Amino acid sequence: MELVLFISLAAIAIVAALGVIMARKTVYSALFLLVNFCSLAGLYLLLNAQFLAAAQVIVYAGAIVVLFLFATMLLGGGEEARGTSNVKRQTSSVLAIVLAVVLFVEVGYVLVSGTVTGTQGSDTPEAIASMGNVQAIGKLLFTDYLLPFELAAILLLIGIVGTVVLAKKKPEIENRKSEIGN
Amino acid sequence: MIPSSYYLALSAIIFVIAVVGVLVRRNAIVILMCIEMMMGAAGLAFVTFSRYLNSLDGQVVVFLVMAVAAAEVAVGLGIIVSIFRHKETTDVDEINLLKW
Repeated sequence: MELVLFISLAAIAIVAALGVIMARKTVYSALFLLVNFCSLAGLYLLLNAQFLAAAQVIVYAGAIVVLFLFATMLLGGGEEARGTSNVKRQTSSVLAIVLAVVLFVEVGYVLVSGTVTGTQGSDTPEAIASMGNVQAIGKLLFTDYLLPFELAAILLLIGIVGTVVLAKKKPEIENRKSEIGN
Repeated sequence: MIPSSYYLALSAIIFVIAVVGVLVRRNAIVILMCIEMMMGAAGLAFVTFSRYLNSLDGQVVVFLVMAVAAAEVAVGLGIIVSIFRHKETTDVDEINLLKW
């Protein structure tokens, strides 16, 4: 049963990932991205990470994809001109795919050669189930990972400020230019 | 239980697809989407190790990466919108003002 779920979710994730990079319209790419994130959330559930599955749907599917859709619609998600006429673009595409295959073979070799191991921790599924997944993550987040947690808060604040600064128009600069001009 | 290599292989496949997207596509928004997809693939690998090594640290890292991804998308799209105001395009080949 687990294997069936894994294979179907994995197939959906891969097809959606291919859809993101092959869809002609940006809106379709964003919707394929949504499918990809939702199937990743399903895989998180299979991996016993219930909190992350919920957070994945809320943060990625709920916030990030909506942001992408807003930006696409603001900028008019027109179709991308296919680079069939430009030889330089075509060669760079071929080169990109060759490099990607090389990367995949390297990663695959590392996985198959079985060098990926580590020391076992104490958070077995039974131990997590005894106090709940959210509580276990929260405890870790507020003890061992307190500094990264606080830094993430500052990062989000900087993100908000930066976005506002980038998005607002700059009439002061124009005024100053005209003043200097006068 | 499914072998961990299945999950890691899936993570690698999605990551490589996203890399191809970044290299081949020229729309800046789609490139940003592919970067998000890479983060998702890396997150899957983190959660896989977290599950198979019986340690919750991987899940905490993915949670923090989600915060980084949200901030990154907000700022990235802000940059793309302000570039669009100047140049009326989101094609990365057209955005070459800093090219020497």
